[in-house]
Amino acid sequence: MGVGMEARNLNAWFGPAQVLHGISMDMAANQVTAIIGPSGCGKSTFIRCLNRLHETVPGARVEGKVQVGGNDIYGRSVPAVEVRRRVGMVFQKPNPFPTMSIYDNVAAGLKLNGFRNRRELDQIVEHSLCQAALWDEVKDQVKKKSGASLSGGQQQRLCIARALAVAPEVLLMDEPCSALDPISTSKIEELVFELKKDYTVVIVTHNMQQASRVADFTGFFLLGYLVEFDRTERVFTNPADKRTEDYVTGRFG
Amino acid sequence: MPENRTPTSPASSRGLRYWWRLLLDRVVTVLTVLCAVLVLAPLVAIFAYLVYRGIGALNWAFLTQTPKPVGELGGGMANAMVGSAIILGIASVIGVPLGIGSGIFLAEHGNQRFAQLVRFTADVLNGVPSIVTGIAVYSLVVLQQKHFSGFAGGVALGIMMVPTITRTTEEMLLMVPNIVREASLGLGIPRWRTTLSVVLRTATSGVITGIMLAFARVAGETAPLLFTAFGNQFWSLKLNQPMAALPLQIYVYAISPFDDWHRQAWAGALMLIVLIVGAVAAVRVATSRGMVRGAA
Repeated sequence: MGVGMEARNLNAWFGPAQVLHGISMDMAANQVTAIIGPSGCGKSTFIRCLNRLHETVPGARVEGKVQVGGNDIYGRSVPAVEVRRRVGMVFQKPNPFPTMSIYDNVAAGLKLNGFRNRRELDQIVEHSLCQAALWDEVKDQVKKKSGASLSGGQQQRLCIARALAVAPEVLLMDEPCSALDPISTSKIEELVFELKKDYTVVIVTHNMQQASRVADFTGFFLLGYLVEFDRTERVFTNPADKRTEDYVTGRFG
Repeated sequence: MPENRTPTSPASSRGLRYWWRLLLDRVVTVLTVLCAVLVLAPLVAIFAYLVYRGIGALNWAFLTQTPKPVGELGGGMANAMVGSAIILGIASVIGVPLGIGSGIFLAEHGNQRFAQLVRFTADVLNGVPSIVTGIAVYSLVVLQQKHFSGFAGGVALGIMMVPTITRTTEEMLLMVPNIVREASLGLGIPRWRTTLSVVLRTATSGVITGIMLAFARVAGETAPLLFTAFGNQFWSLKLNQPMAALPLQIYVYAISPFDDWHRQAWAGALMLIVLIVGAVAAVRVATSRGMVRGAA
């Protein structure tokens, strides 16, 4: 089951440049929250703060609070690796581990953290690939074929399976379809719809149609500020802020 | 058909420019093929000449016996081949982990001032003449032990392997895209695990190429062994005793006044090349197994 997530007064910097300004936003459990906004508005940085990946960039810094199921992930005694196991991530460009088989890609998160039960691992890999709607296409060669030899759309679903295998509670998706063709895109969108039964999903997208199709809630970012956050249909049909309206109607961006 | 891509210039009205481009294309193609042949020629020539001069003295005795005393015909270089293998083994045990370790440091933490120093040192070490490394090891190891030894030879060659392995490992790790590191970190895999099991694994084939380059280079080194392993006419597998090595044996036999030794020097040189190529090929085959289909 997914858990809710709350960001409170979140600020982020790259070196001296502040890229997020006091973001407060609730991401409801088992719902899809979309984040939209023009390039460079801090969407990706924001979700990279939600699993503490932002701080791995040299010179990057975060202030504020992020709660996952009631626990502050920036708490003093919370290890970052623990947070990242609870909050999975799918990246913009499909990034399977190039020298690993499909099986090893999916099993990596568990294996490299010391999980040794092979029979259980087999089940988890199959289950995760099924959840990512990839199992039927690859089941005959999961151990023989490299993850990098799949098509772009398949690779992205492999990355989703890999993220699901470690049993996260939240799944972050950073423009997961921007490198994919329309057919692969609609497959991933269907998948997102399925996944919210079990996970809380936060998805960054450049594509406003995509946001309106998959998301229950939508947040609009501009220049590092959260301009508007509401139910998706409201953001797209009756936005409260003039800038949101201009953006969703295509008048700028 | 590529000609059809430019509908404005049909086949009948190809201008001077077309023929000029065609000519240029052919000339440059021929030039590059010529360069490739010129690169291959010395290698083929050296190998062919080695076979021509060396194959005559290459027999079972050569491969299984130790050198005979001056004046007696026959004998072989078995002890030198085994000695070379042992010395190179020691060199690899020293050089490979050190080189890979410092390469990882440079690639993953390379922005620090200390890293700049390490990088600079590696480049300087790469340029140090091998005989200087030999003298340094002579005073640091041989003089302390009070005698020449196979171990000292291994140390000298190991030191020479480090800079090559360090810099190639660094380059190969830097070629691994950052999104692969982030994918791993994003799964909650700790940084050290990510570096060893994901980044290094992704770069394996390149890192192995670097190791093989370093190995092949030091395998033929003679100068650093002169004051360290020293050479030995008898069977000796003791690491703290003078040890025979193929390049040393070739050197001693080649400058001798005896025709039989000259023939054996040629055979030794041939064996040295064959063994190096064999070792490199064996490592390549061994490491390419277990790779999955379609991997980069």
